[in-house]
Amino acid sequence: MQQLPIGATKMLSTVKPLLAETAAETKITARGVSVFYGEKQALFDVDVDIPKNSVMAFIGPSGCGKSTFLRCINRMNDTIPIARTEGTITIDGRDIDDPELDVVELRARVGMVFQKPNPFPKSIYENVAYGPRIHGLANSKSELDGIVENSLRRAGLMKEVHDRMNEPGTGLSGGQQQRLCIARAIATSPDVMLMDEPCSALDPIATARVEELIDELRESLTIIIVTHSMQQAARVSQRTAFFHLGKLVEESETTTMFRNPSDQRTQDYITGRFG
Amino acid sequence: MLSYLLLALLVLTIAAYYAGLAKARAFAAATGHHKSHHSLAGYHGAFVAAWAGIPSFLLVVLWLLFQGPVVDQLLIVSLPVERLQDLDAGQLNLLVSEIKSVAKGNIFGTPDEVVLAAAERYNSWNGIASWAMVASALSLTVVALFVARSMLAPRFRARNHVESITTVLMITCSLIAILTTVGIVTSLLYETMRFFSMVSPLEFFFGLNWEPQIAMRSDQVTAGGAFGAIPVYVGTLLIAVIAMLVATPIGLYSAIYLTEYASDGLRAVVKPLLEILAGIPTVVYGFFAVLTVAPAMREFGELLGFSIAPNSALAAGGVMGIMLIPFISSLSDDALNAVPQSLRDGSYGLGATKGETITRVLLPAALPGIMGGILLAVSRAIGETMIVVMAAGIIAALTLNPFEPVTTVTVQIVTLLIGDTEFDNPKTLAAFALGLVLFIATLVLNVIALTIVRRYREQYD
Repeated sequence: MQQLPIGATKMLSTVKPLLAETAAETKITARGVSVFYGEKQALFDVDVDIPKNSVMAFIGPSGCGKSTFLRCINRMNDTIPIARTEGTITIDGRDIDDPELDVVELRARVGMVFQKPNPFPKSIYENVAYGPRIHGLANSKSELDGIVENSLRRAGLMKEVHDRMNEPGTGLSGGQQQRLCIARAIATSPDVMLMDEPCSALDPIATARVEELIDELRESLTIIIVTHSMQQAARVSQRTAFFHLGKLVEESETTTMFRNPSDQRTQDYITGRFG
Repeated sequence: MLSYLLLALLVLTIAAYYAGLAKARAFAAATGHHKSHHSLAGYHGAFVAAWAGIPSFLLVVLWLLFQGPVVDQLLIVSLPVERLQDLDAGQLNLLVSEIKSVAKGNIFGTPDEVVLAAAERYNSWNGIASWAMVASALSLTVVALFVARSMLAPRFRARNHVESITTVLMITCSLIAILTTVGIVTSLLYETMRFFSMVSPLEFFFGLNWEPQIAMRSDQVTAGGAFGAIPVYVGTLLIAVIAMLVATPIGLYSAIYLTEYASDGLRAVVKPLLEILAGIPTVVYGFFAVLTVAPAMREFGELLGFSIAPNSALAAGGVMGIMLIPFISSLSDDALNAVPQSLRDGSYGLGATKGETITRVLLPAALPGIMGGILLAVSRAIGETMIVVMAAGIIAALTLNPFEPVTTVTVQIVTLLIGDTEFDNPKTLAAFALGLVLFIATLVLNVIALTIVRRYREQYD
């Protein structure tokens, strides 16, 4: 067996046994998903099953298509005029391209957290209340207050901001801003959460807080996280998918992936030979 | 002669640069390795050039400023005492002007002996002064060149010297801009004070009657002149409000369309077309208002059975609004484009539609920039002259009816100052008071606009 990257071996020893998860039902199914940006094909024929209430990590070198695939799941690629998607993705057996299913509804159910914290230039309260307001989830002010407080609590931010809910969200520290964005995404009560390198702009302590949070949220959410850090993938995920040059090379349990990858390219990548 | 002198100074300055450069290169070659020098050779050249060029240029400027008054004084002193007796300041000025025009060769009638002699002296003194200027400027340049060149040494801090000279030059340039503004404001203030010594400020600021015609000769029969400026300001505001009612929605909506909805290809065509509007001279807008919009409005009004004046506030304000569209659309477009894509993604990612994203995220985030653009457009609207001179009225009627003709501050300033004017009566001086108020109003608006933009600008990244 090849030498694992420093730290990863230690991390793996702390990953809990995952027997329960392996039997879990499938939440998201992708079949033959390809994405084109204009003439250029960015993603080739991806098939993957993502189990419910678990964390799946997408790893791979820059430009390998992992973020592109992530953005297919809530149809964020629709906002790019030149992007074209083929294949089918289903969530709970329902096709996300079903004309009956509005993209607004889909994105309320599939939350997204971005690489750089992007709180709106509004108060902390208004940031979290944004989703519930546009989807009409609260019938009264007190109901909205409840949603906001609950979301902030689940994002582990309540203690830090309870006395300054009306201050601008942009005034928080980077790590707090990212947890605010997570709270904002939780507020529409999604059952899937997409995270696109959520810790790449954060310091190690803030990263640890977000990773803890991901582990807690796994109880109620299906989480897909794109990450450049293999240690992070090892720490937070139950399953890992390795993308390379727009193709899904390998997908398996995280422990298997890091201890005993079946594909040579995966092995080269996780041992730091390229990428 | 002056142009030859300046050319010679320029040539000498360039020569000074190469003299400094050559010397620096010479000692660079002598020591062999450049590390022993403080500055690059170019800085040595620039140092010598600056000292050769700048002081003598300043000398020429000062000389030109003071030569005229000094020669005039000499001329007056040289005149025979008996000729100066019984002359007041005005007559003395007249005499000096006569001597100068004779000296230039414009001889009307038969000037007397004294004037002819004085003119001759005047010409010869001016000649001497000019040659003295050339000689002193050139010698100063040459001396400065050699002194500066002799200062050069391997460890001489030429770069630091050149950098501080550059700093001083930049400060001077900004001072010129500031001092010009101060000068304009001072002259406005001075003339306004003269106006207020003739007309009470109370009447000007609170009077409801604006009839600035006054008798120019004692036998002329006119009204006594009334200087209540309220109708003029109300007219200005009325036209500005109409213009903003036209420009704000059209400008803002086209900016939103261009940034959020238009495809790249369409945007590349529409945005320059929209900005052509900004390049149309205001006098052309004036034609458009007078010849097209006003008659059309009048006919439309007749169709509906009520009368619209041919020079109504609506026509002038409407056309001014069209002029302001590119202002607002371009500044709003910049403000909307400055909102980072990550905020749009964040909003779409939460399931917001395009409309919700625009009204709830983009517009609030871009609001400071948009407000700044609107306020700048307002200050343009109240200061705009040509359209209203052509399309608005001259009679100051106190009305808020957009179908009636009204007049504006700028129109009144133009009409007050047209024709032969003497700056010693309240009619013409009133223009300065109006101008000062206009200046203060636009200044305040600009300051507010810039403060809003600065204070509420989100610091992205």
